[in-house]
Amino acid sequence: MQKKIWLMIALVLVISGLLFTVGCQKKTVSQAKAPAPAPAPAPAAKQAAPAPVTPSVTGWNLAQNNVYFEFDKSTLTPMAQDTLMRHAAWLRANTDVTVTIEGHTDERGTNEYNLALGDRRADSAKAFLVDLGIASSRLTTISFGEERPLCTQQNEECWAKNRRAHFVVN
Amino acid sequence: MRRGIKLYIFIIGVIFIAFGPASARAEYDVIDITKPFLRKIPLAVPVFKKAGGSAEEKRSSETAADFLADTLDFTGYFKILDRGAFLFDPERNGVTLAELNFQNWTVVGAELLVTGYYELNNDTISIELRLFDTFKARRVLGKKYSGKVSNQRSIILRFCSDVIHYLTGSKGIFGSKIAFVSNGTGNKEIYTCAFDGHDPRRLTVNNTITLFPSWSSDSKWMAFTSYKAGNPDLYIRNLAKGQEYKFSKQGINITPAWTPGKFELAATLSFSGDQEIYLLTGSGKIIKRLTKSRGIDVAPTWSPDGKKIAFVSNRAGSAQIYIKNLDSGKVRRLTYEGRKNTQPSWSPRGDKIVYTSEMSGGHNIFVIGVDGQNPVQLTYDSRDNESPFWSPDGSLIVFSSSREGPFRIYVMTAYGTDQRRLLVLAGEQTNPKWSMNHLNN
Repeated sequence: MQKKIWLMIALVLVISGLLFTVGCQKKTVSQAKAPAPAPAPAPAAKQAAPAPVTPSVTGWNLAQNNVYFEFDKSTLTPMAQDTLMRHAAWLRANTDVTVTIEGHTDERGTNEYNLALGDRRADSAKAFLVDLGIASSRLTTISFGEERPLCTQQNEECWAKNRRAHFVVN
Repeated sequence: MRRGIKLYIFIIGVIFIAFGPASARAEYDVIDITKPFLRKIPLAVPVFKKAGGSAEEKRSSETAADFLADTLDFTGYFKILDRGAFLFDPERNGVTLAELNFQNWTVVGAELLVTGYYELNNDTISIELRLFDTFKARRVLGKKYSGKVSNQRSIILRFCSDVIHYLTGSKGIFGSKIAFVSNGTGNKEIYTCAFDGHDPRRLTVNNTITLFPSWSSDSKWMAFTSYKAGNPDLYIRNLAKGQEYKFSKQGINITPAWTPGKFELAATLSFSGDQEIYLLTGSGKIIKRLTKSRGIDVAPTWSPDGKKIAFVSNRAGSAQIYIKNLDSGKVRRLTYEGRKNTQPSWSPRGDKIVYTSEMSGGHNIFVIGVDGQNPVQLTYDSRDNESPFWSPDGSLIVFSSSREGPFRIYVMTAYGTDQRRLLVLAGEQTNPKWSMNHLNN
């Protein structure tokens, strides 16, 4: 167990280091935001060693962990990057798997523009994973724009749930 | 289009008989189509005079007279006068120039009068229709039509087209159709109906998301986006033959817009990794790329001369409308007011672009000069109003609105007046597109 935690902390450090260098080239990851994901898993690892909150590869479900976006944005927030790093870890452990990344938007905005925005969101998530070393050939993207909402109420909570990149294991 | 008229005559067997000289027509400018809605012209359409006395003939003739009044009313040019006020009995007074007393019409405020003489024989009808200028006490149009009862709608539309052509110099819209998306079956599919919402029909049976219909100029082809093969791909369908071209590349293949008068279309593709607008052949081969800018470029609409496109881009941070001159390659930003402006549609008259603007309470429709001057808001306080698209003569705008709850299709004049629902169907209706005007339809 102890060994595993150290391994995870090491992994997190390596990933954030990787991110930092990537950040210099890609706009999607800003330098200021890049280290942010690191503190999140670390305290979790110290405080609750038995709890499965660490980015454990086993038990991580791509489809149940959407990557969320800000309104009218396709750039990745620190939280989105954190989710994608866990996705990357899982994909590294499951090398035979290919996935489809669906880009979705909330209902605000008109549907032509939203299809384009969903396309950018899916691409943004894919580019991040490719930067983390996942083979591009394993990642397909598709945009649904505002056509497939998860939540249909008209409030920010609901819209936030709909602004997502959703992963489907093929 | 002119050929279409001949074809029409052939199909329904209508006989045209001009009553008297028709030479005076061109000079008679009743409606200035650049400012038609400042004042509506009072028009009287009394019930028709019947040849016989059967109840069936009476009922059929009343349907014809009502439809004629409704059709002319649809244009927004007229104020249709209430029949209850008329000092007129068609059976006694007669319907011809010699028989009419125009004072009876000017006194109720009518400036234009349409009379009809209606005869029903088994399944055939014969209708004489006349348009009068009551103040000049003059007949300005006179036609006689005969055909099957089932062609009554076509006959009335034919006469109404002549009335509109006479009054405005434009062929109008009565031979046009509207395509739209409806999710009544549980999936978004494309439907079509007549200009007035008559005879809605389902066009696609894709059983998945189908969006963005676009009519070719001759209305023989419909382009659209569908997920039927999994990805949002472009399909270009020959409506008569059912033959379909497919264009599929990685990413989105959306928002087709036919080049006026050509078998070519502009569409948004993202296979390059960026959403850009391309020019394609009607059979789905890329001719060239039309936009080049990092970020979203989507939803092209053509100037009527086919030399420019207006489109949506977020190159300056938020979605705004831009115009690109395809000869010079120059791009200029059209909209500056409003945080997001999308869904441009270029007027067939060339001078204006109608679009959707995102506001705090929802979307509303605006119209702006092609020079970027004077954006005018056309819809207010009615939840979302989206997807505006011009009628083929530029006099009306069709759009989608959630003002009554579900999204439905509405029509208004180019000035935002006379907003009304076009039809009621199960589910929600969005993305309306108006075809060109073809009288043989």
